[in-house]
Amino acid sequence: MSKIAVSFTLNGRKVEVEVEPRRTLADVIRDDCGLTGTHTGCEHGVCGACTIIVNGQTVRSCLMFGAQAEGAEIRTVESLSAGDTLHPLQEAFVQHHGLQCGFCTPGFLMLACGTLEANPQMDEEEMRDILSSNLCRCTGYENILKAVKDGAERMRGEP
Amino acid sequence: MKPAPFTLHRPSDVAEAAQLLTRFADDEVRILAGGQSLVPMMAFRLARPGHLIDINGLGELAQITQSDGAIEIGALVRHNDIASAEIEGATGALLKKVMPNIAHHPIRARGTICGSLAHADPSSEWCLSAATLDAVLLARSATGKREIAARDWFTGAMSTSLQADELLTGVRLPVLPEGTRFGFQEFSRRKGDFAICAALVVFEIHYGVIEEARIGIGGAEDHPRRIAEGEAVLKGQRPSAELFARAGAAVAAALDPMEDHSTKAAYRRDLACDLVEGALQEAAR
Repeated sequence: MSKIAVSFTLNGRKVEVEVEPRRTLADVIRDDCGLTGTHTGCEHGVCGACTIIVNGQTVRSCLMFGAQAEGAEIRTVESLSAGDTLHPLQEAFVQHHGLQCGFCTPGFLMLACGTLEANPQMDEEEMRDILSSNLCRCTGYENILKAVKDGAERMRGEP
Repeated sequence: MKPAPFTLHRPSDVAEAAQLLTRFADDEVRILAGGQSLVPMMAFRLARPGHLIDINGLGELAQITQSDGAIEIGALVRHNDIASAEIEGATGALLKKVMPNIAHHPIRARGTICGSLAHADPSSEWCLSAATLDAVLLARSATGKREIAARDWFTGAMSTSLQADELLTGVRLPVLPEGTRFGFQEFSRRKGDFAICAALVVFEIHYGVIEEARIGIGGAEDHPRRIAEGEAVLKGQRPSAELFARAGAAVAAALDPMEDHSTKAAYRRDLACDLVEGALQEAAR
């Protein structure tokens, strides 16, 4: 199968890869770029584990083809921390026990990060609506909601 | 869960996209817009197109244009775009009310309104809206343009009258006059799931009585449609709880609902009755 050359920015770094058209963006990020923080769960858009931010939009990376990423600005969970300094949302997830096994966590973090950046004053009802998009089989969601609420305050610079 | 191999085409304008459709019409060619239904179907290999035509580069299709009492939504307008779009009349408010019921936020960030109309899932909120508002669907092929009324668009579950060599370039909706009342209610077991039944109602009140009543039902039958028997109950009547209950019952009686292993036809009929009544009350508030 002939490959297509694609270049995009991944977490601030320019990336050039050659991919089969059928390769999803999630697989390109994981297998061609080696960033395995983006998880693939259901691979058909239901679980949200592969959620990333593409050109400011929070999207499922299993429902885009890598070849569609030409020129895109992409952010994955690896972009959140600065060295040992965690992102406010990551801090909040630790503090509120917003994860157990951790499989869904990158998706929840990027879902919360992307939507809170677009709407920093999101109220609880909107937050519950947004978070209903992703699946977690450990926490029962309440701790994720607490973490995102607290993370939102931290992102706004509130104590 | 990996799609089968295909050849990807990235046309630079609509004319080229239409030519590609004609060229590969015999080889399961599909249009790739938002991909939020097509890509899962490809992952399951329920769809195995030999060629995909990616129209995401066609900025001309990403527009919402308004003129002469009509709103045209291009094939690349995403569900979430409706939230910030300035759309005239009551139509804008209606679309903003319906939109958040579609799937989930990240799906709405990529998925397109016209993609939903072309996919024609019986539960689709946009298909219900198109049927209720008598939308006109705009198709383009290498040989010309065609306008298709919503009532002629849906030919069954996930099936439309769009031809293999045609591209859906947009959908035209009427500008509902300011003051037009509307209500939308759907039922699904979890937030973001496909609606088991949904009701969209639209009417105006002139001199205290209901005019221009529209009642659309989605999710119950194999495609959404207006239910004339329910609309007839409302015509020329004063809004009341008793009237709305009668309209709901008339709609339920007129339906021939789908049945599957988890949902009986009678359940969908009961739901339609309640959802119509609820949507009418919401509209009258």
